[in-house]
Amino acid sequence: MKILVVDDEKDVQLLFKQRFRKEIKSGEIEFAFAFSGEEALSYLNHHVHEAVLILSDINMPGMSGLELLEKIKTNYLKPPPVVMMITAYGDEENYATAQRLGADDFLTKPVDFGELKAKLKTLS
Amino acid sequence: MGEFILAFFMFRYLHRSLRSSDSLPRWDQILKAGMIASLVLLAVEIISDEINQVTTWLSYPLLLFIAYLIYWNPEFRERRSVFVAVLPFIIVSFLTKVTILANNEFYQEWEDVFDVAGVFSVIWMIVMLIITNKQNKALAREREKTLQEEKQNKIMAQLKADLEVQVVQRTSELTKQKEELQQALLELKETQNQLIHSEKMASLGELTAGIAHEIQNPLNFVNNFSEVNKELIEELKEAQVKGDRESVLAITQDILENEDKIMHHGKRAEAIVKSMLQHSRTSTGNKELTDINVLADEYLRLAYHGFRAKDKSFNATFKTVLADDLPKINVVAQDIGRVLLNLINNAFQAVRNVDKPEVVVTTRNGAKNIEISVEDNGPGIPDDIKDKIFQPFFTTKPAGKGTGLGLSLSYDIVTKGHMGQLTVESNKGEGLPAGQAGSIFTIILPKT
Repeated sequence: MKILVVDDEKDVQLLFKQRFRKEIKSGEIEFAFAFSGEEALSYLNHHVHEAVLILSDINMPGMSGLELLEKIKTNYLKPPPVVMMITAYGDEENYATAQRLGADDFLTKPVDFGELKAKLKTLS
Repeated sequence: MGEFILAFFMFRYLHRSLRSSDSLPRWDQILKAGMIASLVLLAVEIISDEINQVTTWLSYPLLLFIAYLIYWNPEFRERRSVFVAVLPFIIVSFLTKVTILANNEFYQEWEDVFDVAGVFSVIWMIVMLIITNKQNKALAREREKTLQEEKQNKIMAQLKADLEVQVVQRTSELTKQKEELQQALLELKETQNQLIHSEKMASLGELTAGIAHEIQNPLNFVNNFSEVNKELIEELKEAQVKGDRESVLAITQDILENEDKIMHHGKRAEAIVKSMLQHSRTSTGNKELTDINVLADEYLRLAYHGFRAKDKSFNATFKTVLADDLPKINVVAQDIGRVLLNLINNAFQAVRNVDKPEVVVTTRNGAKNIEISVEDNGPGIPDDIKDKIFQPFFTTKPAGKGTGLGLSLSYDIVTKGHMGQLTVESNKGEGLPAGQAGSIFTIILPKT
């Protein structure tokens, strides 16, 4: 399973690699990283149908996670990949917007990796 | 005959001289009687030549009485000079009469001498009277003058007293006004301090959300990397037990890398907390060497996240274009931070309803100055309010939303606190695509 992680914090890459090192080692999960909405879109354009799951932060400078979600769900890819949004704690407004735009699932910050792993298991 | 005329005029003179004094009633009767007596005796002497000698003698008691009046009564003391004028005439007249009566032959023999003495006494009398009259007139004038002066002095004294009262009154009024003004000034200063404080607190409030967001991310990393390291250490133990040297080395390397990340993000959170504390503290006013690039980056992020916290749907591209060779300069970091925060907040405010909102913070290293620009692609500032934006209490926000002090305080901090300049250009963009440019605020700070 290939997962595209979208976050403007660059250290997220190292963190995910460490957190999922066993899964990566076993080839169970493969990660790709994008540090902005724009970067994520260009990745998706060049790697059509590769990413099964997109995990995106909402608060990012430039194109926000919500814009990215909207673009993915309306313009791109048939069938569209599963998009999981990471929202800040108690951010009801963004949660509702993301749901309206077609987000498949949600994670709240700070990310509980145990919960994420459990969700990934049900997906695969 | 002359003696009675003299007596009459003397009485009349004395009577007249009393007219201006209070003692007139006491002497009025006596002097009037003297005048009448003189006239009656004069008439008798004219009518009857026979008794000429007898009546003539009667004139001397009258004259003697006048002498008594003048010399023994203080009321007439000033009239003595007149008597001095007439005295020779009386004496000559009396001696002539006595001589005729006692020794007529002697008189016949020396008649010429008596006549000459009589003429001289009359001349003496006339001259003396003229002099006396003149003296009296001068005296009267003098007295009049003195009286006038006294009167004037009295008026002056009164005026002076009135004036003093007025001065005292005015002084107390002025003192009261001065005290009132001082009180008002004190209250104004107090209000100003309160306003500055509330402005600071308002911007701190805006910051808080940004700070929370900015701290949350590093803390997440610290927590996550710590957890990962815990797992790794477990794995390390297992690898060691198995004697898997390769794995031990690899895992140790990972642990080290993660530790670096933990430290990095811990420091990041610390720096944010520090800058928040710095912002809320009262300015010490101490200038210290400050990296303006770090300051600009920090406050841009804080302002952005603060803005996002208030308005979740808000989004904007923001970036810094920082001069690599920017030297550290001596500034009150906290104050310049406030200026930056204010300008950046305004910039985000300006791009709220713009299609592709963008805020750029640029630093430039000039020959003598450092320049920091905060640029937005908002609608720009209309010319008619451009001159007012640095004035205290000017705000375009709805009532109660802004203090209107942000830019005015920023202006004071830059110009008065740092001898720099704060300028604004609108609708003339640099570094932004044509047609998108909004406003550029530029802080110019001298290097020394």
